[in-house]
Amino acid sequence: MVTPIAERPRPVSAIGEILARVPDPEIPAVSVLDLGIVRDITETHILITPTYTGCPAAMAIEQSIREALDANGFAHIAIKTTLSPPWTTDWISEQGREKLRAYGIAPPPKGAAAASLKNTQAAECPRCGSTDTEELSRFGSTPCKALWRCRACTEPFDRFKCH
Amino acid sequence: MDALVTYALRLGDDSLVLGQRLSEWCGHAPALEIDLSLANVALDQIGQATHFLALAGALESKGRDADQLAFRRDVMDFTNCLLVEQPNGDFAQTIARQFLFAQYQTLLFAEMARVKDERFAAIAAKALKEVSYHATLASDWVVRLGDGTEESKARMIAGLDWMWRFADELFLMDDVDVAAINAGAGVDKAALTAAWDSRVDAVLVEARLERPPARRAIVGGRSGRHSEHLGHMLSEMQFLQRAYPDAEW
Repeated sequence: MVTPIAERPRPVSAIGEILARVPDPEIPAVSVLDLGIVRDITETHILITPTYTGCPAAMAIEQSIREALDANGFAHIAIKTTLSPPWTTDWISEQGREKLRAYGIAPPPKGAAAASLKNTQAAECPRCGSTDTEELSRFGSTPCKALWRCRACTEPFDRFKCH
Repeated sequence: MDALVTYALRLGDDSLVLGQRLSEWCGHAPALEIDLSLANVALDQIGQATHFLALAGALESKGRDADQLAFRRDVMDFTNCLLVEQPNGDFAQTIARQFLFAQYQTLLFAEMARVKDERFAAIAAKALKEVSYHATLASDWVVRLGDGTEESKARMIAGLDWMWRFADELFLMDDVDVAAINAGAGVDKAALTAAWDSRVDAVLVEARLERPPARRAIVGGRSGRHSEHLGHMLSEMQFLQRAYPDAEW
């Protein structure tokens, strides 16, 4: 796991602050740090991992990070990618979960990535908080989301898939 | 060609061809939710293909990247299994193909995630999460169609009937597989058949469908002997790079 940014020496903490302001291109409410796709920050490189093998945002994410680093005097910091260990929704930060909810996306339950592929646990409606909800479609608008509906307030919503 | 290169190519070709086939549904599926599902499964498969083909290119060391392997090889050089190149047919036929293949991929990648070669293990561990989801999706639809209306049941039976002949090839072992196992990268596919049978049978029971009768398997994809369907698919998939080599945007 990544050591909390506050406990790391500059420029590592400075890079962390920059990355905390780089939004995910498909869910701009959360940053690349919130999503847990930044696996390590050192004085020479940062290590990132894709959410899905075919994530169409992967190139855009790398480009946004590159631009943010360059613009803040960190052009010498390399961006490396790794597949292992594979990304899990458990790496989405608490702050990230709150941001997702506020944005209208039900965050994935924590610690459930391996066990609940079927998503049998009812999602909590991000609008009214009801758990009287149902899955409409196993896949939603992006690979990382499923489409749900709240029976209480009748609103449809995206749910971040457990992964 | 080095056995590990071929091994990575086969894995990449399986995912690439299935991903291209599934993406033919984009904008044509019977309902928006299904359109989204099939497009997302296609995306996962193409993502996996990119990783396996990039690995094949790196192992080969001839300067070919994933794009060159995908777009600059002719049909006889493709090493995918025959199942994935089968035409989409109707929605039930597509689901039948997806169901049989996703059950296989789930078992394959669960094993491959534990092999010694970290390059293969890393892609497999990553892909395993994706294909487990595909298996659930396809199984749900087999049950919904099989245990649905007379019409949907008849179509599901016909779809499984079409695809069943190509299932045996998934588990065939040859010199490349043995060499890959000896190199710490491969999986004993023949050993997966019992688990595959029981998973497939369990879903068929839930769907109130009979297991299709055993019949002579059709094989040859691993050595480049394909059905005519693949050539037609590639002529579309590879058109741009063939007409305008090195085109980029």
